[in-house]
Amino acid sequence: MTDLGPLIPRNREAHPPAYDPAYKTTVSRSPNLPLLSMESGLSEETGPTFGHNKLGALDNNLILNWTKGAAPAVGERILMHGRVLDENGRAVPNTLIEIWQANAGGRYRHKKDGYLAPLDPNFGGCGRTITDENGGYQFLTVRPGAYPWPNRGNDWRPMHIHISVYGHSFGQRLITQMYFEGDPLINLCPIAATIKNRSQLDRLVAPLDMSASRPLDFLAYKFDIVLRGRRQTMFENKLEGM
Amino acid sequence: MVQKLDYLVETASQTAGPYVHIGLMPTYAGNAGYYDEEIATSPIADGAKGEVIEIVGSVFDGTGWALRDALLESWQPDAAGKFAGQEGADPAVTGHCRFAADADSGEFTLRTVKPGQVPARGGGFSAPHISLWICARGINIGLQTRIYFEDEDNSTDPLLARIEQRPRVDTLIAKKTADGKYRFDIRLQGEGETVFLDI
Repeated sequence: MTDLGPLIPRNREAHPPAYDPAYKTTVSRSPNLPLLSMESGLSEETGPTFGHNKLGALDNNLILNWTKGAAPAVGERILMHGRVLDENGRAVPNTLIEIWQANAGGRYRHKKDGYLAPLDPNFGGCGRTITDENGGYQFLTVRPGAYPWPNRGNDWRPMHIHISVYGHSFGQRLITQMYFEGDPLINLCPIAATIKNRSQLDRLVAPLDMSASRPLDFLAYKFDIVLRGRRQTMFENKLEGM
Repeated sequence: MVQKLDYLVETASQTAGPYVHIGLMPTYAGNAGYYDEEIATSPIADGAKGEVIEIVGSVFDGTGWALRDALLESWQPDAAGKFAGQEGADPAVTGHCRFAADADSGEFTLRTVKPGQVPARGGGFSAPHISLWICARGINIGLQTRIYFEDEDNSTDPLLARIEQRPRVDTLIAKKTADGKYRFDIRLQGEGETVFLDI
């Protein structure tokens, strides 16, 4: 049975609500009216693909990619790795994953970030890769620092890495954040707390993975990602041209 | 007890945050040259068939302020209604583009070809449209919407037909401002709130 069915409707309970006053910016940026729900069609069931030929050899190595390999970034060396699956439990191979993050001091290389912590001349803060045939991916990076942000009087972001995934269709598009096991700031963060279902938040916290850590080199954190799946029955109305 | 359903639950979304451009549009973030080849900088290459159009607009918050930090992605078929990867699709149309609100004016521009109509599930056709996905600081899960065109026949489009309050249909229709030029504003909240989708 191939990928012919519609996307499984998104379970909105698994996601944060649009409006959450503890995260102040949502107050004026959240739609008030209900979303229009509809069964997916070609516009959602197709999506962009990206070949390996677009990627450079260091694209998934944030320790080296900013300097094109000339000098390593400052910070605690970590491997971030995991698999991309869909709701049916199937691997999602050949899909683009992009990540971005602050440096070890908690500063982003972005024209709008003016935090006190200095830029690391050897760290850019983004990477990308394509999942292998089992949906697996890896990034070598440094542990990002926590940082303060203007929200309530004294809010801090826990250490986190932003992740963007496509899947195989535009309707599977997802951006999320990975947190680190044991970080006490997770439970104080109003952005993490936009997720009302605790087990859904727990699934964004990557455990330390000593089995994948390399002695005398890096620690590893494992982060699996689940994207929307598609219904797979033999009773679907097929779409012309699929 | 019943048998166990062994589906997985989708990973929860989190906001893309204010620095999303670093990861998705490095040149815009001030990091030109980060990658040898940045992706999705244009949905079309030279020689794309069809009418080249330019869509300009802003993303307004509930106070009427145009977001300076919004990042948008588009996905569309070619002029004949074929998506990249489908048999017979125009090789010069990837159909996918990332574009951002200007940091000073809050205006975005999408330059592309006008899409063709595509078959709808259950028969008939969807009127020509471009799918959009919008993210920014303060948006907890990417917002889906569509751009339709005022100079196309939208009367039988199955999605537009589902909008109960008919004046809201207008929020999804780009207004023609000149030959090949359209205006499409997105209102996140309040008067004229754009119809956002759950598809």
